[in-house]
Amino acid sequence: MSAELQSTAVHVPGFRERHASTIRQWRLYAHLFTSSFSSMLGLGLVLLFLILAVFGPMLAPYPEDTMGAVKLGQRLLPPSLEHPFGTDEMGADILSRVIVGARTSLWIGLVITGLGAGIGVPLGIIAGYKGGFIRAAIMRVTDLFLAVPGLALALAIVAALGPGITNCVIALAIVWWPGYVRLVEAKTLSIKEELHVEAARALGAKTPWILRKHILPNCMTPIVVKASMDMGMAILSAASLGFIGLGAKPPHPEWGAMISVARTYMPDWWWYSAFPGLAIFLTVLGFNLLGDGLRDILDPRSRGR
Amino acid sequence: MLTFTFRKIAVLVGTMLGLAALTFLITNVAPGDPARLVAGPDATNDMVETIRQEYGLDRPLYEQFAIYMGDLLTGDLGRSIVSTRPVVDELMRYVPATLELVLVAMVLGILVGVPFGMLSAVYKDRFLDQVTRIFSISGVALPAFWFGILLQLFFAVRLEWLPVSGRLPLTELPPEPITHLLLVDSLLRGQFETFWAALSHIILPAIVLSFPCLASILRVNRAEMIEVLQSDHIVAARAHGISSARIVTIYALKNALLPTLAMIGLRFGWMLGSTVLVETVFDWPGIGLYAVSSALASDFKPVVGVTLVIGFFFMITNTLVDLAYAWIDPRLRRA
Repeated sequence: MSAELQSTAVHVPGFRERHASTIRQWRLYAHLFTSSFSSMLGLGLVLLFLILAVFGPMLAPYPEDTMGAVKLGQRLLPPSLEHPFGTDEMGADILSRVIVGARTSLWIGLVITGLGAGIGVPLGIIAGYKGGFIRAAIMRVTDLFLAVPGLALALAIVAALGPGITNCVIALAIVWWPGYVRLVEAKTLSIKEELHVEAARALGAKTPWILRKHILPNCMTPIVVKASMDMGMAILSAASLGFIGLGAKPPHPEWGAMISVARTYMPDWWWYSAFPGLAIFLTVLGFNLLGDGLRDILDPRSRGR
Repeated sequence: MLTFTFRKIAVLVGTMLGLAALTFLITNVAPGDPARLVAGPDATNDMVETIRQEYGLDRPLYEQFAIYMGDLLTGDLGRSIVSTRPVVDELMRYVPATLELVLVAMVLGILVGVPFGMLSAVYKDRFLDQVTRIFSISGVALPAFWFGILLQLFFAVRLEWLPVSGRLPLTELPPEPITHLLLVDSLLRGQFETFWAALSHIILPAIVLSFPCLASILRVNRAEMIEVLQSDHIVAARAHGISSARIVTIYALKNALLPTLAMIGLRFGWMLGSTVLVETVFDWPGIGLYAVSSALASDFKPVVGVTLVIGFFFMITNTLVDLAYAWIDPRLRRA
């Protein structure tokens, strides 16, 4: 009897106990995620892409070929055991160039999505919460940018800035942020009417604090889903500009630019355009599937659709 | 409805003016000398100075802006440096080709996307649904330019079923223009051989262009159909013993089409943007290819012209979709 009393008196709840509901929630997420084939495929593709991007130069069988080495003796060789993806017009190993290209694409995706969300999310929260003139001003500008298809506007901006990979990333970031404003503004409009926000306001909380502690956390789900999908779409758009000839320039290993050069070597040297394109496709597909899977677990309403 | 229409048109005009201002901003805020940009990369200093005066680039910025907007309102988009012809004239030549391509792609997207979206909703989680799911997810991720190259390699080079690129063979004379759409004109003039030639040229680019659009039409239509098929009035219709085919194609599809319509409108403008890629791959003589070749030649006025045209068509379709929506659903007119 006394021992029992003592044990309840000194009982300090451990980490697992204190966070029991959170752990249960995450277990459910993990279960839902792992039981979906397409989500796991997406995760696998994204992980493969990240590994290639981080360790690329170490994994590439011929690292010197990614820096513009010229081996004229082995130009445009078809795929073989030595060169599984074949070689290009300089005799460089295409597999090596595709592997190293992953880092370029990751960098492009991160910068464009990061800048887009970094500019768009604060503007969206402010527009949604403040209302009135500020909202009207922000949303008018946003609508203006959304009134032209992104790729067309980005093309015009790159044409003005001059071709090159940095300018291409800047141009895409400029056309990318309005999407986040739209998304976050709509979400903020509904959250700010909720009771906990009103309570915080009644207690005299300052606006920046409410935005950071009450509005932003509740907007995170759609932002994370959109960011995951946008990683893929940003990589695709940058590759498109590279293909047109306004993005990365050869010999810099970038997938879109590689296909652009490869097009002049069609139709006899099919492998030259086939493999970089496959890399773009699988990367974008991976991020899309991952985003789709995240939405399924984070947004209960979309489940079972 | 009339007030709503007027308000939408006012917004359309406002956005159009805003877009014009935005293009001015892009030209002038971009680091670098706009006169040098216009003169091209190989121009000497004297040439740049001449152009600066000729284009009024030595005047204050607000004055330049007023002149620019005034020119736009009278339909003057400047001249191309490469061809020295007015940009408007060149656009008039290239726009029909792009419109024809986009329209064919749109029809293709609707004809395939709507029925398959409907079928995969009816057979949810069955084999057909799984296939269309993979198809629609990969459709968005597929790089249009790469897909185009693959189709060219397979259907044009390997099988030799279809031509690799272009709009008509060089030996074929285009029909006397009526609508400037080759497919329509050749039919109206009764030149069936030209029609077949034009059709065989447009198939591959139209498939590539329609692919992402088809995928999203399919997904939206499927999701909406699934929701509608669970609603009470469908259950009631089933209880009345109305045949399943009739329920799906008439009762449910009608309700599911509204969000699909919005997606179609959105995708139309989006496709205009992707023509930049597809026309480059297939050497299709439209505004996309015009913009790309001008951008590569540092010929800036045509790029601005194409951006304005694409924006214009994009906004018009969005406004039309909004109006169609409000016409069908009166509650939206107040929003």
